[in-house]
Amino acid sequence: MLEINSLSVAYGHRLALDNVSFSVREGEVVALIGPNGAGKSTLIRAASGALPARSGSVHVEGVNLRHLSVVERARRLAVVPQARNLPPAFTVYETVLLGRTPYLGWMGQASDLDRECAWRALERTQLTALAERRVGELSGGEQQRVLMARALAQETPILLLDEPTTHLDLQHQAEVLNLARSLASRHHKAVLMALHDLNLAGLYADRVVMLVNGRTQVVGAPHEVLTEQNLTVAYRVPVHVVTHPEYGSPLVLPDGRKGRQP
Amino acid sequence: MSSIKRAYFINIGVLLAALTFSVAAGPVFIPPTTALRILIDGLPGIALPVNWPETFSAILFKVRLPHAALVALTGAALGGSGAAYQGIFRNPLADPYLIGVASGAGLGAVLAMAAGWPSSLLGMYAIPAAAFLGATATVLLVYWLAKVGNSLPTTTLILAGVAVSSFATSLTSLLMLRSAEELHRALGWLLGGSILGGWEPVLAVLPYIGVGLAALVVSGHVLNVLQFGEEQAEQLGLPAERVKALLILAASLTAAAAVAFSGIIGFVGLIAPHIARLLWGHDYRRLLPLSILGGCSTLLLVDLLARLLLAPQALPLGIVTALAGAPFFLWVLRRAKNQVYW
Repeated sequence: MLEINSLSVAYGHRLALDNVSFSVREGEVVALIGPNGAGKSTLIRAASGALPARSGSVHVEGVNLRHLSVVERARRLAVVPQARNLPPAFTVYETVLLGRTPYLGWMGQASDLDRECAWRALERTQLTALAERRVGELSGGEQQRVLMARALAQETPILLLDEPTTHLDLQHQAEVLNLARSLASRHHKAVLMALHDLNLAGLYADRVVMLVNGRTQVVGAPHEVLTEQNLTVAYRVPVHVVTHPEYGSPLVLPDGRKGRQP
Repeated sequence: MSSIKRAYFINIGVLLAALTFSVAAGPVFIPPTTALRILIDGLPGIALPVNWPETFSAILFKVRLPHAALVALTGAALGGSGAAYQGIFRNPLADPYLIGVASGAGLGAVLAMAAGWPSSLLGMYAIPAAAFLGATATVLLVYWLAKVGNSLPTTTLILAGVAVSSFATSLTSLLMLRSAEELHRALGWLLGGSILGGWEPVLAVLPYIGVGLAALVVSGHVLNVLQFGEEQAEQLGLPAERVKALLILAASLTAAAAVAFSGIIGFVGLIAPHIARLLWGHDYRRLLPLSILGGCSTLLLVDLLARLLLAPQALPLGIVTALAGAPFFLWVLRRAKNQVYW
């Protein structure tokens, strides 16, 4: 269980997150949405302990993140960052195996169990065919999946995903999000994912947190958060919200013709 | 044979060959087989029938072996710290002198030469001691300048290193200009070459280089994780900033010891890791030991060239390193043109 308690994070003098509070229970998928610059990535990074909090705290399974060592944190939280500047010479397998780092000693000797974990992660992300390819030769989407596999190999109860569907085509978007869903429902992980795509958030998340200018605007079930009024105010563009014919989730259709709202 | 075993086999083979040639060659040529016999005879409890001139023994044990040992240690130190620096800074242009070891050592050495009193105090150890102190002081200064709270931002380190190095180098040049008599000696030292003979220098640097390289060799996995950046490394459970500081300390100490007695020998620390990486891959668990072996062999061979090219005059190592090393490296680079090796 991940609890964000009145978290405020600042970059220098600028407050990037202001008194943010919500929780992600095990077995739950929470989507983090909001306009560019709202603080989604900052929140993911702060939740992993990478950014210090100015005030407030992050609790992981009841324990304050600040009281955990770096290794203890890495055994409870895995992060799938945006795929950028990956060391190009590493192979896919080598990269995913490094997901076992919290369980390896200083010299990094991987046991059979570690290798199995890495291989299983490759299977679940359909990367087995690319295992020996160098990461530098892969497309952006493939690199994103490699990072997903690495986080899976880490085998943590909490998963933080920072825009995991960037660069992914429809097929792989669906695969990654279905994987996130099954990790929550079948493996009881707590999954927090920052998403650009509001429709995917509505379809795959149990709850949605809408962040605007570093503050939580609305928190609730998809149909409670993804309303025309909330979205128009947050994104400053008129939108229509209709219901998905099969799943009943909210579908957001931007109505750009009406022009920008003040 | 697996590729990694082959890598070690080749490296150790080349190293042994280099050592053999290094010990055999010189104004008096000692045939390798004879050298081996003299060495075996030197072992306690073994006495072989002496069929070699007496001078051979003296030359071997008092001149050739200690010289080879010092060159080998220096090469190993430069290769190892070069590989470590490239890993820590994630920069293919990094070499052991990136954050001030060379400029600090140079300044320390020239200060000692110009001042004169260190020599009356420490005799021939004055210059090496001053060089070592200069190198370590400079790295510590750069470290202190670049530190931001608990973290050590890589770019800031490099920039601080460049700034401090430029300052130190300018001071050194100024000192050299002002004391014309010492200029020639200082220049000779700066260009790199072991001035001191005998076993004492070897024993003096051995603890620093030994401990430093040992610390680096076991840190291959950690360097691999660091390739993903400090933030991802921490998310994977590695206390990145602390580890970086430790590795910089080990690599700098090693490089400072190498420079203390041998002057500033460039190129080896930059190239040995690249060659190892081109031939045997990016994994620092094998890259570090292979860079150490490679640096060792390279410097031994270069030293051989330096001693033989214009015999009996010995060319400064630093010059020969670049002259001989650059073409060889370009050849290796062409062979691996389209490979993703970094």
